[in-house]
Amino acid sequence: MFIINCPFCGEREQSEFKAGGEAHIVRPKQPTELSDDQWAEYLFMRKNIKGVQLERWNHAHGCRKWFNMVRDTSNDEIKAVYKMGEKPPIE
Amino acid sequence: MTKNLRVKTGKAIDETYRISFKFNGSTYYGFKGDTLSSALLANDIHLVGRSFKYHRPRGIMTSGSEEPNAIVQLHDNSSRTEPNVRATEVEIYEGLEASSQNCWPSVKFDIGGINNFLSPLLPAGFYYKTFMWPASFWEKYEYFIRRSAGLGKSPTEPDPDFYEHKYIHCDVLVIGSGISGIMAAKTAAKNGFKTLLVDEKPNLGGSTIYQNSDYFKINNQTSSSWLEKEINEIKKLKNLEIKTRTSVAAYHGYNFLLARQNLTDHLPIELRKDKTRHKLLKIRAKKVITATGSIERPMIFDNNDRPGILLSSAIKRYADFFGVACGEKNILFTNNDTAYETAISLIQKGINIEAVIDNREEIESKLLYEVEKNNIKIFKGYTVTNTFGYKRINKISIKQLSKDGQKVIGPKIDLPCDCLGVSGGWTPAVHLFTQSGGRLKFREEDQVFIPNIYPSDQLSIGSCNGEFTLDEILINTPKSLKDYLNIKNTEYDNLEVLSSTNKSKRNIWLLPTDKVLGKTKSFVDYQNDATAKDIKLALREGFRSIEHVKRYTTTGMGTDQGKLGNMHALGIISETAGAKMGELGTTTFRPPYTPLTFGTIVGRNVGEYFDIFRKTPIHDWHVKNKAEFENVGQWKRAWYYPKENENMHQAVQRESKAARESAGILDASTLGKIDIQGTDASEFLNRVYTNAWSKLAIGKCRYGLMLNEDGMVYDDGVTTRLGDNHYIMTTTTGGAANVMGKLEDYLQTEWPELDVYLTSVTDHFVTVSVCGPNSKKIVSEVIPDLDFSDENFPHMSFKNTKIGKINCRVMRISFTGEQSYEINVQANYGKSVWEKCMEAGKDYNITPYGTETMHLLRAEKGFIIVGQDTDATMTPIDLQMDWIVSKKKYDFIGKRSLYRSDTIREDRKQLVGLLTDNPDEVLEEGAQIVADINKSPIEMLGHVTSSYYSPNLKKSIALGVVKGGKNMMGQKLIIPMEKKNINVTVADPVFLDKDNERLNA
Repeated sequence: MFIINCPFCGEREQSEFKAGGEAHIVRPKQPTELSDDQWAEYLFMRKNIKGVQLERWNHAHGCRKWFNMVRDTSNDEIKAVYKMGEKPPIE
Repeated sequence: MTKNLRVKTGKAIDETYRISFKFNGSTYYGFKGDTLSSALLANDIHLVGRSFKYHRPRGIMTSGSEEPNAIVQLHDNSSRTEPNVRATEVEIYEGLEASSQNCWPSVKFDIGGINNFLSPLLPAGFYYKTFMWPASFWEKYEYFIRRSAGLGKSPTEPDPDFYEHKYIHCDVLVIGSGISGIMAAKTAAKNGFKTLLVDEKPNLGGSTIYQNSDYFKINNQTSSSWLEKEINEIKKLKNLEIKTRTSVAAYHGYNFLLARQNLTDHLPIELRKDKTRHKLLKIRAKKVITATGSIERPMIFDNNDRPGILLSSAIKRYADFFGVACGEKNILFTNNDTAYETAISLIQKGINIEAVIDNREEIESKLLYEVEKNNIKIFKGYTVTNTFGYKRINKISIKQLSKDGQKVIGPKIDLPCDCLGVSGGWTPAVHLFTQSGGRLKFREEDQVFIPNIYPSDQLSIGSCNGEFTLDEILINTPKSLKDYLNIKNTEYDNLEVLSSTNKSKRNIWLLPTDKVLGKTKSFVDYQNDATAKDIKLALREGFRSIEHVKRYTTTGMGTDQGKLGNMHALGIISETAGAKMGELGTTTFRPPYTPLTFGTIVGRNVGEYFDIFRKTPIHDWHVKNKAEFENVGQWKRAWYYPKENENMHQAVQRESKAARESAGILDASTLGKIDIQGTDASEFLNRVYTNAWSKLAIGKCRYGLMLNEDGMVYDDGVTTRLGDNHYIMTTTTGGAANVMGKLEDYLQTEWPELDVYLTSVTDHFVTVSVCGPNSKKIVSEVIPDLDFSDENFPHMSFKNTKIGKINCRVMRISFTGEQSYEINVQANYGKSVWEKCMEAGKDYNITPYGTETMHLLRAEKGFIIVGQDTDATMTPIDLQMDWIVSKKKYDFIGKRSLYRSDTIREDRKQLVGLLTDNPDEVLEEGAQIVADINKSPIEMLGHVTSSYYSPNLKKSIALGVVKGGKNMMGQKLIIPMEKKNINVTVADPVFLDKDNERLNA
């Protein structure tokens, strides 16, 4: 079970958090102008990387804030957390 | 008359304290400190169980948690009965009752023993191969297989004991209290680390605590007395907490570990009352030092499973620690020096040793010389080829090994014995290390897997790290600790150590015999009866992956998880397949390390605490009025209120008739309520609902449908505009938390520019819903100050008002199709308002109704229930709710998906009404809908989602989803049921009051 460093609250147990899938998938500003394929790309396609992945997490049983995480999915190492709207702090 | 094999007092035993216990119905005696196995051995009992598949007689093989054979059932026929308990771990107490498992009628005469003679017919994968055909017979086979298999009996009465969970945080967790663990705990605690030391045994000290021989000394004292002083010192350390009888079950990522602390299992039953039996410790440690030691390996030879065959280290422990001789004519069989340590202990205790058989030919060992000095015959370069004796070993055959160790040569020698101690070297107990994600490496010299890459802040020390001799441990442990804890020195830096073990070993995974392999029974996994022959068969049949061989042969899949034999299985596979051990890898060690009881896992979360549930403030009234309850999400909702002898159908028919004919009252407090405020609140609603919100006037209510981005219906509910920038949204009962989360997600991540604030107020309000033609009269009486005229208070509007001094919000909205008022008050006043409504409605036969009637009433009106009439594949268009999808709005969640190529298909499943040809026939919800019963295979067009008998329409009504249903109005379809086919006609889903006359009346 991870210990997650919420950017707003500090280190807490994983059981307080909810995972929200891949990060940095921006909702298109003008969905109506997209083709089916372009919309499907936003809607369905996820990278599901084995290795370093950028993820959304929510401190659901805490401050309820969403934030992003850099996590290595192969060994569960959390390399960094950062706020929504910020750029990933490491490659 | 049983013999007494007690020798000089063992370290653990208090001979002044005699304890009687029962095994298989007979009474025996042991002493305080005995385990069940040491007490049985002292009574000369080896035979304790039967093996799983062949029902071969089996005896005690080890002295610890790795025991594969001596698993017993405790306390037959009581609520405390427990199967699969290792006799080697049970501490005896007055009144203990244990019995053998997996045998009938008795362990001495077991009918299943016939399987042993049928064994040529029971190869690896026998069950898979034999009971496959014909497939339809499986149910019949299963009955017999289950009866003859299975380990032990589960209790049939509730568990009388308490269990608890506890969180522990520490700087350093030390697992294992052998010599290296003690050194680690003391060093950590003395250097300011808050330290926790756990050990699965009741005492500290591991195997060194009974190493009394002059061949192993520390600072000129026997290693046991040196360690004893250390233990006495650490008990005084303030920074150190020690927990014995505590077995670490699982080691997860981020140094999160689960351990079971056993608090009462060693106490007589009458002393356990009101005490916690097991504690599940949830440990979060900054650093973990694993000192779990190692497990002695058996050796794989023909008939290596007879009662009386033990690990040599177990024989030593029984002699030194418990003061018990495992036999009177002992033979030791070894490929390394360990057996000589055992021999020296037995000599010290005056226990007879007939001979030592050693695989090795040339051995320079001080320990061996000491044994030889005592005139004990040592057969060097020999192996055991067979053993004899059914219920107890009585003879072994030995032969000389060829130079390459692949064959036996020379004449056969028979040696009588009653106990055979086996040592095949040691296997580091790396289970917890690998559970944590650690990676192993294979050390060729002595053929062991040892920790290589640590996945978290942890360290392995001692023999679990592959350091098997006293000098290695005492030299390496202080070094490792200094590095790991980042300290300058330890008090162990200059120890003077005498260690006499010769490290040579002659490892042969499968020992040769003069028989062909097919005629041998060389057990690799004792508990699951997997033999070397089975593993070779699996390889011949094409299995290559170690994980596949494991499952096919069931090697390592017993309750002991193959702690003894897994390495041999790997070795045999490696030799047979010509693959390197290091490349083969190991099977995955999974938690728990030793079995946990269900009680430990659930802790206090039993009975009403199993899953938390939510009650509305009116709950007590429902209970008092004999409501039956339904679980909706976490809520307990009143389902129906049976009167006298009514069944559910009768109650629901009465309730729904009353609601339509006069007045009904429903506790709707469980609906989700979200308070929405901010200057962008209207824009926000525009984006999250399919319909338009900007023009909704203050004081008006509107029904909204919420989609997912994929266009599928997610939730629905009525939202009311309370002010310019203030709305209150209602959601479904089950969807409330998810809707709140979804809205927050969009606000925080997609539209942070919107000025909107969300607050969940579900629990803050009680909602009393009064419906029916007389509802207006009733609420007028309850709230006399409010003008309820249709002009002032039309359908879909809202009023802020007061009942006496109580603020309340009244919405005129309806889920039943009847004129209906929802009174919202602060939760504390809920029950009194409900009671006021009941009082005011007396003259109108106001009838409380539950969720079942609510469902029936809304179905009559064709209102959907999200999650019942929809699943995650229904769009609003599929629901024939095109009217609620705004064409004008540029965007809302899910809009783009409503015209994807898939969502515009005409033949999607669409919601329709269904009327049975026979109006009294009620369909089953979930039943399949077809058009052509003769087509093969029959095409399933959809299924029934809601179905009721409507007392108001006096006919059966149903909703269902049907492929292309929108264009099938009036068409005949068939619902095929088990015994008959039911004919239905596709109809409008609104069965009652299509023109909303009742609503607006």
